[in-house]
Amino acid sequence: MALLEVRDLAVRFVRRGEPTVAAVDGVSFDVPAGRTVGLVGESGCGKSVTSLAVMGLLPRDGTEVSGSVVLDGTELLGLSRREWDRRRGSEMSMVFQDPLTSLNPVVPLGIQVSEVMERHRGMSRRVATREAESLLDRVGIPDPRRRLREYSHQLSGGMRQRALIAMALACRPRLLIADEPTTALDVTIQAQILSLLRELVAETGTALVLITHDLGVVAGMCDEVNVLYAGRIVECADRHALFAAPRHPYTAGLLESVPRLDTPRGQRLAPIAGSVEDNIPWSVGCAFSPRCASALPVCSERSPAVETVGPGRLLRCHNPLDTDVGNTESSHD
Amino acid sequence: MTEPTPSPARRPEAAPPPEHTGDALVELDEVCVHYPIRRGVVFDRTVGWVYAVDGVSLRIERGRTYGLVGESGCGKSTLGKALLRLERPTSGSIRFDGIELSDMSGRRLRRMRRRMQMVFQDTLSSLDPRQSVESLLVEALRAHGLDEGSESTDRLLRELLSAVGLPAGALRGYPHEFSGGQRQRIGIARALAVRPELVVADEPVSALDVSVQAQVLNVLRDLQERFGLTYLVIAHDLAVVRHVADRVGVMYLGVLVEESDSDVLYERPMHPYTRALLSAVPVPDPEVEDRRERILLPGDLPSPAAPPSGCRFHTRCPWSRPGVCDVERPSLRDVGGGHLVACHYAESIERGRSPAESG
Ligand SMILES: Nc1ncnc2c1ncn2[C@@H]1O[C@H](COP(=O)(O)OP(=O)(O)OP(=O)(O)O)[C@@H](O)[C@H]1O
Ligand SMILES: Nc1ncnc2c1ncn2[C@@H]1O[C@H](COP(=O)(O)OP(=O)(O)OP(=O)(O)O)[C@@H](O)[C@H]1O
Ligand code: SF4
Ligand code: SF4
Ligand SMILES: [Mg+2]
Ligand SMILES: [Mg+2]
Repeated sequence: MALLEVRDLAVRFVRRGEPTVAAVDGVSFDVPAGRTVGLVGESGCGKSVTSLAVMGLLPRDGTEVSGSVVLDGTELLGLSRREWDRRRGSEMSMVFQDPLTSLNPVVPLGIQVSEVMERHRGMSRRVATREAESLLDRVGIPDPRRRLREYSHQLSGGMRQRALIAMALACRPRLLIADEPTTALDVTIQAQILSLLRELVAETGTALVLITHDLGVVAGMCDEVNVLYAGRIVECADRHALFAAPRHPYTAGLLESVPRLDTPRGQRLAPIAGSVEDNIPWSVGCAFSPRCASALPVCSERSPAVETVGPGRLLRCHNPLDTDVGNTESSHD
Repeated sequence: MTEPTPSPARRPEAAPPPEHTGDALVELDEVCVHYPIRRGVVFDRTVGWVYAVDGVSLRIERGRTYGLVGESGCGKSTLGKALLRLERPTSGSIRFDGIELSDMSGRRLRRMRRRMQMVFQDTLSSLDPRQSVESLLVEALRAHGLDEGSESTDRLLRELLSAVGLPAGALRGYPHEFSGGQRQRIGIARALAVRPELVVADEPVSALDVSVQAQVLNVLRDLQERFGLTYLVIAHDLAVVRHVADRVGVMYLGVLVEESDSDVLYERPMHPYTRALLSAVPVPDPEVEDRRERILLPGDLPSPAAPPSGCRFHTRCPWSRPGVCDVERPSLRDVGGGHLVACHYAESIERGRSPAESG
């Protein structure tokens, strides 16, 4: 049994006078302890809403959540707010894209970090402060004692993200969800933060859900990758298999449309046609069909179901791309 | 039909083939833009300077694309704005088509501006949402006296839209009705409406989804071929810049640290900062990611208000040599074939030796 099991998670935003938004539409994935699982997809595909649902952080009003989220054997959906608060912090925590909005601007950093530990690990202020100092040191913040007294606006973007990771780790969570943790950062700082996350997962055995739109980040970080499109997972595979031979036309299209450093220069890019505005509802057919070069007539008439097409490999498509027989499974670890 | 300036008309139907004659359309010489830091309740006092751009020289050849990369705050946008004279340079010379712009003002400057246009990260978000696309474009034409009566303007607008890959029906739409990629195309159409020779594109695709980025990059390339445009493309994404640019400059804290033809720069980066930058860009291939060597830079970018002495990169450079790098500022020198590098030890670092060993 995996540490986190998400089954048929659906999130709908219902507003009076506005059409209902099916932001997440039947998402299932597993996160085993000590593994890094990626959720990748373009803006609006439901990555953040999925993670907020798992963390119990969605607004209660006007939000319908269904399905199942099981952490270490316990169903989380339907827990009381207090129960959820207790687990968030002690068993699971989250790092957001924009560290500035997730840190309290008027409370010194040290107090913010040590409070988490006082609350969830029952430490005294003195012990918690000492622990906070070693945590900041651990995530690579120089001169941690001085930093503890500073406020978030006095830190650079990279330092803030480190501080946020320190806070998320303060309770030694078994599950860490990082939502675009490096999107707002420069590449050299991104490299620092990613290497920090890699070390932490290796050392602590924390399960990591990494949310990003950057396929390069996924390729270097994740054991398994889930590709989301319009609220549904369309392909799930081990990272080696996925990048060696993507089988969903959307995954393949994404890989072909990004300029990259390791391919010959000067080639014309092969963009995916149209934009997500062209999608059709999943209830009608494949949401991607208006943009898909492999679409068949059936694609706009019947919604494709998820199928298992190999070990740990799932696909939602009527007309998937062929595998190059024999070379995709060879690199499994 | 009269031309407001002596520049060649660049009508869509009269597209001249791109010429790579090697003449410079843009020449910057030791350009500085320093912003004052002011304090004080009653009297504004200048207590320091932000050295946003601090002595940049470069040339952009006609019909070519110059890519400017570097991390946040290194001065890329400021340099782009100085070039278009949206910002007044503190010192240095800016020549466009041989004409000195740095001290130009008033009507002459406005006339020059028609020949140089800017595309921002999300150009349309800054515009009036109640204005239709048609009226946005007509307004741009009118601002430069190019609205030549309804029939020819009409035709021009249609051609513009089709050049950026939008249906003519888009003219009646309003900015918010379009997706990000479409809005960016409209922004490009607006910049092209006045038939510029130079387009400065500041992060033209960084707000877009990856699948749509490629569409806009292709549009930019097609337009360049069709109209012989010259581009300055500013972006923090090194893969995007590699894809579009013929020549690339790498900025760090207000200065150029390396410049060369795009192929050379990415094949054989020589400045330690460029090497670190390139080693940090994630590549969507797990096999590459697992075995590549990464140069992790310690610490953060220093403040451009207090740039380090000597080589500005010495506080983070793994090869920095005390007594030299923190004292002597390296000049941007040609290490062969027009490959410019500002590092005392570029050659020995490339040969895989530390500066200490090279003596
Ligand atoms: N509180 C909300 N009320 C209504 N709709 C919402 C709400 N939060 C998110 N949505 C919608 O749900 C969809 C999924 O949003 P989500 O934030 O999960 O996207 P994402 O994949 O994280 O995108 P990005 O890469 O831009 O962060 C979007 O269409 C969004 O507009
Ligand atoms: N009007 C201004 N007044 C004072 N300082 C400024 C002004 N505009 C920019 N700066 C400063 O000048 C430096 C260079 O800014 P600039 O916007 O050119 O950087 P950039 O390379 O474009 O960064 P980014 O990638 O974040 O867009 C920064 O430190 C910035 O804070
Ligand atoms: S189901 Fe059809 S439209 Fe959808 S991705 Fe597969 S082939 Fe394309
Ligand atoms: S001059 Fe010295 S500090 Fe600067 S990049 Fe070269 S080796 Fe590094
Ligand atoms: Mg999000
Ligand atoms: Mg900028």
